[in-house]
Amino acid sequence: MKLKTNGDARASLLIPEVRRFGRFLLSEMKPKGEMLTPFNIFAALVLSVAAVLLTIRFTQGLESTTNLSQDFPWGIWIGFDVITGVAFAGGAYVVTFMVYILRLEKYHPIVRMTVLNGFLAYVFYAGALLFDLGRPWKVVNPIIGNSFGVSSVMFLVAWHFMLYMIAEFIEFSPAIAEWLGWKRIRKVLGGLTLGAVIFGITLSTLHQSGLGALFLMAKNKIHPLWYSEFIPILFFVSSIFAGLSMVIFEGSISQRVFRNQVDPKHHASHDDIVLGLAKVCAGTMYVYFFLKVLVFVHGQHWTHIYTPYGWWFLVEIVGFVLIPVRLFTQAVRFRTLSLIRLAAALTLIGIVLNRLNVSIIAYKWYALDRYIPSWMELEITLAVIVAEIVVLRWIVNRMPILREPPEWAQERPDVIRRTRFLVKEGATEHGR
Amino acid sequence: MNRRNFVKSLGGLGTAALIPDKALAEDPAKPKEFVGILVDTTRCIGCRSCEIACAEAHGFPDPDSDPNVFERERSPSTTQWSVVNRYETRKGEVYAKKQCMHCNQPACAAACLTKAMLKTEEGPVIWREDKCMGCRFCMISCPFDVPKFEYESPVPKIQKCNLCWDRLKEGKEPACVEACPAEAIKFGSRRDLIEMGRAQIAKEPDTYIHQIYGENEAGGGSYLYLSGVPFGQLGFRTDLDNIPYPELSKDYLYAVPVILTLWPAFLLALSNATKKDDERRPYETQNER
Repeated sequence: MKLKTNGDARASLLIPEVRRFGRFLLSEMKPKGEMLTPFNIFAALVLSVAAVLLTIRFTQGLESTTNLSQDFPWGIWIGFDVITGVAFAGGAYVVTFMVYILRLEKYHPIVRMTVLNGFLAYVFYAGALLFDLGRPWKVVNPIIGNSFGVSSVMFLVAWHFMLYMIAEFIEFSPAIAEWLGWKRIRKVLGGLTLGAVIFGITLSTLHQSGLGALFLMAKNKIHPLWYSEFIPILFFVSSIFAGLSMVIFEGSISQRVFRNQVDPKHHASHDDIVLGLAKVCAGTMYVYFFLKVLVFVHGQHWTHIYTPYGWWFLVEIVGFVLIPVRLFTQAVRFRTLSLIRLAAALTLIGIVLNRLNVSIIAYKWYALDRYIPSWMELEITLAVIVAEIVVLRWIVNRMPILREPPEWAQERPDVIRRTRFLVKEGATEHGR
Repeated sequence: MNRRNFVKSLGGLGTAALIPDKALAEDPAKPKEFVGILVDTTRCIGCRSCEIACAEAHGFPDPDSDPNVFERERSPSTTQWSVVNRYETRKGEVYAKKQCMHCNQPACAAACLTKAMLKTEEGPVIWREDKCMGCRFCMISCPFDVPKFEYESPVPKIQKCNLCWDRLKEGKEPACVEACPAEAIKFGSRRDLIEMGRAQIAKEPDTYIHQIYGENEAGGGSYLYLSGVPFGQLGFRTDLDNIPYPELSKDYLYAVPVILTLWPAFLLALSNATKKDDERRPYETQNER
């Protein structure tokens, strides 16, 4: 009997709490702000067309929506959505490295936004992979199946995608706990951050390079100007400045779009942050350029330069590596933010070119029938990006991503300092 | 390089125990030879009996009987695992049969993350429907562009020659070998076939060019070819490396466990080194004293 009353008492406390929580969630589900904005109408249109196209794709096969062929088994759903998208998401591991490993506090204000962006990029781009898989219902085979193809680079990439998504989610999860007001859970999750960051950086090193390593066995299919045994290293190094350029580019937009969310303090420091990121970009891009030249010279590819593919190679290297890196250097010296944004945009285009060159354009460069994506492939790619933006906006407008965390969740260095002082005192006393 | 090295390279990743297939676990002491097929293109008359037999054996529609099919070079397709092409050479018209080469260390099997593509102990490279998730990485990796994907199907399969794996298990020869009226296709152990090919070249050194295609190309495979003209003229790729293609990504895969163990240690150390005194927890400062 006693037990029952005890349970009743607990329930009587719990039920209103659950109700309150439910009401909170419901109110948060409602859209904030105006519904019929041009972007929303555009997004609704793009997403509904994509829904129709995907229905066709899954009932009729890949041929109905894509221009893939026996010669070109991978199109832009892999070459752009996955391979380029993951490079763009590289900012998360670089920024968490700077903030949690090197403890460069200056960059703390952008950590959450960057991690969120990275996480969503993986969810949506890895999600888009399901559209491309011929037999997506078998997608669990390499993870929980009994068929581990451990000699496959793709096996590594698949596992790392999954594990990295979990790591990123853990890194991001304190923001969810703060949003829901779960103080105790927030504390536990905050304690997991460093571990998740270390794990995440390790995984990123491997799968950013792994995406390049996918093409190692396509040795005689990729144009010699783009094929080299160093593709994994080149992919890894370029993911550093690709990710950071994305952070700069995305930051310049979100600072404007989410102006009401941004802390005035952070707003002031944002320019400094961007300058710092530009420096890192410039540094890694010089390294990348140097590596590219090394590979080029070592491979003795001079003869290829005087062919159309050679010119195209120069467009990529000079136009979208050398020029943006010069711009970054120049912009850092004169502290010109607009120039940094331009450089970041050029860098991003360069990464798109590089990844598409390796995976599609220079792939089977000798084939007569080229692969050109269908409008439906482009539409679905656009829909993936739009869907990501919609979810991102929903989260940023609700959770403390750009704004400061709630008072109770903020670390109080002064308190820690004081306790330390007290402990010291105590220790000395004890020593006596 | 042989099959044992390939299996060893899998084991090198520390997971040999996870390989579920009975075939691999079966009595490792028992020596096995890869089976193979030797195609003598100088004997092929282009009758396409092998194409028809192949379609029958695997339940595909009869191949196009129009003699004009020779007008253009064909590749194996989703409904035809094996095709015969005609080539104009300085020695006149030569016919050459094209299908999966059944590499000793296949790129497609190394590429497959679910072991849907499998190099059997006996030699044939087979595709297993229940494993495949349709990523098409095998198609990207295969140096001969053999695996074909059913783009038109919502439940697509990868299609390629399996060296009549089912017939072999019943103790029969591959359908194409059985059907060949010109004895241009011979079935046997790979080792014997290479001996046979070499003997043939030695016997008629002026008829044949002194190379067996498939002996070393991409590390060698179960399909071996003899020819009277350079293989480039018969639509064979002559720019392939004479190494097993999985070797190309092996170095990368070997670096993975190194990074996976070293990185976390380095990062943890670095993170500790950059810790400011203020951020240390009280007990840490206490321990330091």
